[in-house]
Amino acid sequence: MRRNLPILGVLAVLLVAIAIANPFFLEPEGFLAFVKRAAPLAILAAGQYFVIVSGEFDLSVGSLVTAEVVIAARLIDGDPGATWPVVLLLLAFGALIGLVNGMVTTLLKVPSFIVTLGMLLILSGAVFLWTGGSPRGALSEEFRQFGRGSLGPVPWSVLILVAAVAAVIALMRSDFGRTLLAAGDNPVAARLSGVRVLRVKTTAFVLSGLSAAVCAVLLGGFAGVSAKVGEGLEFQAITAVVLGGVALGGGRGSAVAAIAGAFTLQALFTLLNLYGISGALEFTVQGLILVLAVALGSVQFPRRAKSASTTA
Amino acid sequence: MTGICKSFPGARVLTDVDLDVERGEVHALIGENGAGKSTLMKILAGVHTPDEGTIALDGRTVSFKHPTDAQRAGVSIIYQELTLLPERTVAENVFLGREPKRRGLVDRAAMETATGRLLDELGEASFGPRDLVRRLSVAQQQVVEIVKALSVDARIVVMDEPTAALAESEVELLYRLVRRLSERGVAVLYISHRLREIFELADRVTVLKDGAKVTTLPIGELTTAGLVRLMVGRELTDYYPARATRPPGDVLLAVRGGGNDTLDGIDLELRAGEIVGLAGLQGAGRTELAKALFGAEPFTRGEMTPRRPGSVRDGIAAGIGLVTEDRKSEGLALHQSVRDNALLVARARRGRVGTPVLDLLKRVRLAPPSPEKEVRYLSGGNQQKVVLAKWLTVAPNVLLFDEPTRGVDVGAKAAIHELVRELAEDGMAVLMISSELPELIGMSDRVVVLRDGRIAGHLPADSSEEAVMHLAAGS
Repeated sequence: MRRNLPILGVLAVLLVAIAIANPFFLEPEGFLAFVKRAAPLAILAAGQYFVIVSGEFDLSVGSLVTAEVVIAARLIDGDPGATWPVVLLLLAFGALIGLVNGMVTTLLKVPSFIVTLGMLLILSGAVFLWTGGSPRGALSEEFRQFGRGSLGPVPWSVLILVAAVAAVIALMRSDFGRTLLAAGDNPVAARLSGVRVLRVKTTAFVLSGLSAAVCAVLLGGFAGVSAKVGEGLEFQAITAVVLGGVALGGGRGSAVAAIAGAFTLQALFTLLNLYGISGALEFTVQGLILVLAVALGSVQFPRRAKSASTTA
Repeated sequence: MTGICKSFPGARVLTDVDLDVERGEVHALIGENGAGKSTLMKILAGVHTPDEGTIALDGRTVSFKHPTDAQRAGVSIIYQELTLLPERTVAENVFLGREPKRRGLVDRAAMETATGRLLDELGEASFGPRDLVRRLSVAQQQVVEIVKALSVDARIVVMDEPTAALAESEVELLYRLVRRLSERGVAVLYISHRLREIFELADRVTVLKDGAKVTTLPIGELTTAGLVRLMVGRELTDYYPARATRPPGDVLLAVRGGGNDTLDGIDLELRAGEIVGLAGLQGAGRTELAKALFGAEPFTRGEMTPRRPGSVRDGIAAGIGLVTEDRKSEGLALHQSVRDNALLVARARRGRVGTPVLDLLKRVRLAPPSPEKEVRYLSGGNQQKVVLAKWLTVAPNVLLFDEPTRGVDVGAKAAIHELVRELAEDGMAVLMISSELPELIGMSDRVVVLRDGRIAGHLPADSSEEAVMHLAAGS
């Protein structure tokens, strides 16, 4: 918990700032609306966390989200009966893309940055080819409930987020999570301890692909079908994870902090919006955060190491 | 060099060392691993600055603050690991950083002519100035390094274990080069463990031991046995735990005819309750043997009981553990907690750990036993204990230790010694590699000596350091 403190502090400050500008935020409804908007990114960031903590990147998630939404619209085509089979199919497709990313990275030893960049291009090209630029078909009302509807006062997407966070925490406490961290920290030592490093890393990519599928289900419901629904999401997810203090290169940082990073980013966007600052600035803000967070992380590191060596 | 002293944090490496080298002389510098040879040479080459003492060239006192200072003054060093750029040509490497210029552009022709002339002088015709370095053998690359030294008019050339990476056939080539250098009036400082080479090449020998000079003698006044005695002759002052109280038990691991790229014809048995010491010079294949037994760099031939491991997981499943030589790069995930490191092997096998972590940490005498601390904040000794704890979680039958006390303070060293003995007493078979001969002899119930990837011989407990060195150096 101690390690999560900096980002939780930043998040708290931003939430207070939002509440000052917009008192509606303090009411349950207003707050839940915020969480609901943040949920897709938070889930995506959780998936990205697994990959980054294993020492890799997943740049493919943005266009994967788009592909998933477009596929869903095309296959469901307004037929309520198709909702659940298609949701399952989307999950399987996300996992499959993650599996391919992971296996190419680990078995063919192609840097994940390149593999997933390639996958980003492949998926967006395929979506474009398939749709000719404007997605066909429609989502069913049932499908859109995941992103739009609620159970009583609580939006479905918030419930799904809570379940996802619980699953991520459980995973990181499991043998898988601990070996994943070790493999990201020192793959050689992990291998010599009997960890199946390649398999563990591949699993991280699969989890990222799955998270993109869940994100797509929520976003499809929330924002509807478009060929741009996932655009730039991969960078938002990476920014969120880095903002949560998770070290690029692997082995360090907590999943909860990564998710808090996603909320922080969303809060920042909300705040910019409230103060009437152009949405176009979002990218610039993201870019600044990304560079600053990494710079801060690497400046801090030697200082800590030094204080440690003097006490040793 | 006069009165050279050098300390690194936590250790005094050189004490009051004198060394003089004459024009055209081949001067051998020998000593055990860790005697301070490399440090002394790095001081001469300007890599380290001495804490005390002076260096004089042709009677003039010099002070090197940087390797280029030394190079300009005529001192060139050829390291064990070659430092050439593989994707550049021979000539480009030779003139790296001081390329001849013509009208502001690099004068390749001049570079290549000069390099070619030096290659001719050395009688080297197997490659030319325009060949890419990556296509050359290690021996040929050494020639390039020497050409580079000559091209800056080096008057002293230091060679640090130059034959370590060479095949037998290439060694002759190197001998020839060394002799040519000395004919040209260049002084060669030749560092080697291999006594044969020293008797072959050297005019005089300086022996270092524990960071101090023992003596300098003309080679004619020395015999192999005498040289070995000078290198290791020291009192056994350290304390080691008592030897095995019972005769060794069942054979827990046996290899017959084991071999791979670096090892050949390995016959070895490890028995319950026994500590076997594995001795050998650097590059003799000690670490490689441990990794082959463990499955990290598997044997490709030979028989082994339990079944020859093809991977680390096979080795672990067969009840073999390896405490690696370099705990920071191979043993620990430094940013993870003590607990996570200690449980890593067990978790990788999805095995349940019977003993609570805290008990485990107390068993390996981790002080204080704080499981949540990140291991990078631990001392070397405590880190090594965490590595040990990691293996105890899966209760292996055979535990291989590669330099278990390197970089560990005296107190922790004794604790690790006791632990290793305790594990053997509990019925484990232990193989222990150590470059410190007193430690190796003090700990082991018997010693196996490796040389050039093969077993050179077996020695009983309490053999002398001389006996081990004789087998290891092949004299």
